[in-house]
Amino acid sequence: MKVHEVGGGRPGGDTSHAEHESGTYKPVFVGSAKQELDELLTRYPSKMAALLPALWIVQHERGWVSDDAMAEVAQLLELTPAYVKGVVTFYTMYHQHPVGKYFIQVCTTSPCGACGAERVVDALLKHTRCGELGATSADGRYTVIEVECLGACGFATPVMVNEEFIESVTPERVPQILSQYL
Amino acid sequence: MGFPHASHAKETPVLSQYFGDPAARTVAGWKQRGGYVALEKALGLTPAEIVNVVKDSGLRGRGGAGFPTGLKWSFMKPGDGKPHYLCVNADESEPGTFKDREIMRWTPHALIEGSAIASYAIGAETCYIYIRGEFTEPLAVMNAAVKEAYAAGIVGPNAMGTGKRIDVHVHKGAGAYICGEETALMNSLEGKRGNPRIKPPFPAVAGVFGMPTTINNVETLVAVPHVLNRGAAWYKGMSHSNPKSTGTKLFSVCGNVAKPGNYEIEMGFPFKDFLYDLCGGPTPGRRFKAVVPGGSSVPIQTMEEAEATLMDYEGFVAQGSMLGSGGVIVFDDAQCIVKHIARFARFYAHESCAQCTQCREGTAWCTRILERIERGHGTMEDLDTLLDLSEQMTAKTICVLSDSCAAPIVSGIHKFRSEFEAHITGKRCPMGATAAA
Ligand SMILES: Cc1cc2nc3c(=O)[nH]c(=O)nc-3n(C[C@H](O)[C@H](O)[C@H](O)COP(=O)(O)O)c2cc1C
Ligand code: SF4
Ligand code: FES
Repeated sequence: MKVHEVGGGRPGGDTSHAEHESGTYKPVFVGSAKQELDELLTRYPSKMAALLPALWIVQHERGWVSDDAMAEVAQLLELTPAYVKGVVTFYTMYHQHPVGKYFIQVCTTSPCGACGAERVVDALLKHTRCGELGATSADGRYTVIEVECLGACGFATPVMVNEEFIESVTPERVPQILSQYL
Repeated sequence: MGFPHASHAKETPVLSQYFGDPAARTVAGWKQRGGYVALEKALGLTPAEIVNVVKDSGLRGRGGAGFPTGLKWSFMKPGDGKPHYLCVNADESEPGTFKDREIMRWTPHALIEGSAIASYAIGAETCYIYIRGEFTEPLAVMNAAVKEAYAAGIVGPNAMGTGKRIDVHVHKGAGAYICGEETALMNSLEGKRGNPRIKPPFPAVAGVFGMPTTINNVETLVAVPHVLNRGAAWYKGMSHSNPKSTGTKLFSVCGNVAKPGNYEIEMGFPFKDFLYDLCGGPTPGRRFKAVVPGGSSVPIQTMEEAEATLMDYEGFVAQGSMLGSGGVIVFDDAQCIVKHIARFARFYAHESCAQCTQCREGTAWCTRILERIERGHGTMEDLDTLLDLSEQMTAKTICVLSDSCAAPIVSGIHKFRSEFEAHITGKRCPMGATAAA
């Protein structure tokens, strides 16, 4: 199992260049997404407070948060693109690069580690053919990352596949679980 | 009931009574179970009356610090002309802790009810429930419950038909342990990076959006309706060791134990009974070696200490640790303590927000040194270096994440020194755990 450098561990690696979506950018906030944002803005006394929810809408619609999307959000909330990027990079759940169709997060913090989380990671890497943590499988289907405590330590080992939360995963269960995400 | 197992006779299920019962998730189901009676009662009292009942009950914060809840609320001055806010801390990310998750999953209306009472008591018209982004199921359940509570007129511009406004909004986090620290949570809610703020000013003076704010843990707030329904004396009666620790407490139990899960007991319950009876003891053929009883941020206990502990705020301190968040992490004799302490340090290095030098550098250096020792490349001097680094990381930073990294390291070296030395002199992990790391 590959060990992350301290402070690293984010999927995707290189962030030195701007990440633009291909072709001409189509805004996220039209139609129902715009309505959703407008409703969100009524909940807070500042526009800035809608930033995390707005980024969630982007990720939900597009699968990741591109520089173009950050610029769109910045304009809508009267912030600068640099400010938005500063916030995006602070949080681990926003993808700054496209990821596999199924984004798989496995907890390996001590309590799960004591219950065999590392073997679950190995089984996931093997059966998804990702090979290593953070890499996307050649068929574009899976990305597996190691994460810190998912707040379900009594159900070791918890695994998240996109929005789905699966408890008590063992290496033996991995092939069957993956067969539901093709 | 201590989900996922059936309730044990020695448990006192107050907050967890309806865990595992999906029918409790709707407004109608909640009302059938006695829900929203306390809110109705509360809205007929003055805020000061509510604060006094909560003060009398002895309820203390369940998020980690154990601050008296009624006293915290009394710092808010309703009627000062400013908007007030309640923040509900549902960021639950402390390794070993998974109780707020079950509260929200099974009894979302308990949290809405407790939050609405607290909002009224502190003069807040708006309450934000900040839930960590990974909690997809609790988020879905809470969102549905809030929507239903609005539709039923329980919250909103005319809460329970009293003409009082209590807005409740669910806010989804995006992955960052540090956002559980109260001022980091407020920054995050404002749409900023989740960096903790320097205190003072304290939240009651200038919290979220610069306005007077109270922040409470999920478990703290769900206890409030029970206190109002059954009275401060009843709550105070659930105290078997120290009168400063009252009520029931949910403990999440994980690691190498026969029956991991949540258990609710009265304050002062013997930890030995808890571990061997309620939690079923070790898994077959194993023995317990060590316990981290209050989430990963508290000192590790030897079994001797753990077995002598009475489970309350003072009881854990008397036996070399802290109650913390109530996340009990158990390690058995097949586990390498050095490996786990190194892994804890890696957690804090990953989660440091990097504002303070001692924390940013200290957590990273401790991780490197501990991992070196674990691999068999450490020296005896490394142990002194770790203790020295830990001292520099304690009580010197903006928040206590840095102290939290140091606590397991210092206690680990003191209480399990022979395991560290065996790695150094034997130049390998004696348990053979290294290869897997
Ligand atoms: C690094 C750090 C992380 C924390 N994480 C949480 C958390 O996830 N949930 C929580 O309720 N409190 C957490 N706390 C404690 C909060 O800062 C705060 O004390 C608590 O929410 C207050 O609520 P209470 O008085 O009801 O306990 C954390 C504190 C620190 C320093
Ligand atoms: S102690 Fe660590 S986590 Fe806390 S503010 Fe300083 S750098 Fe950030
Ligand atoms: S340590 Fe794995 S979910 Fe908490």
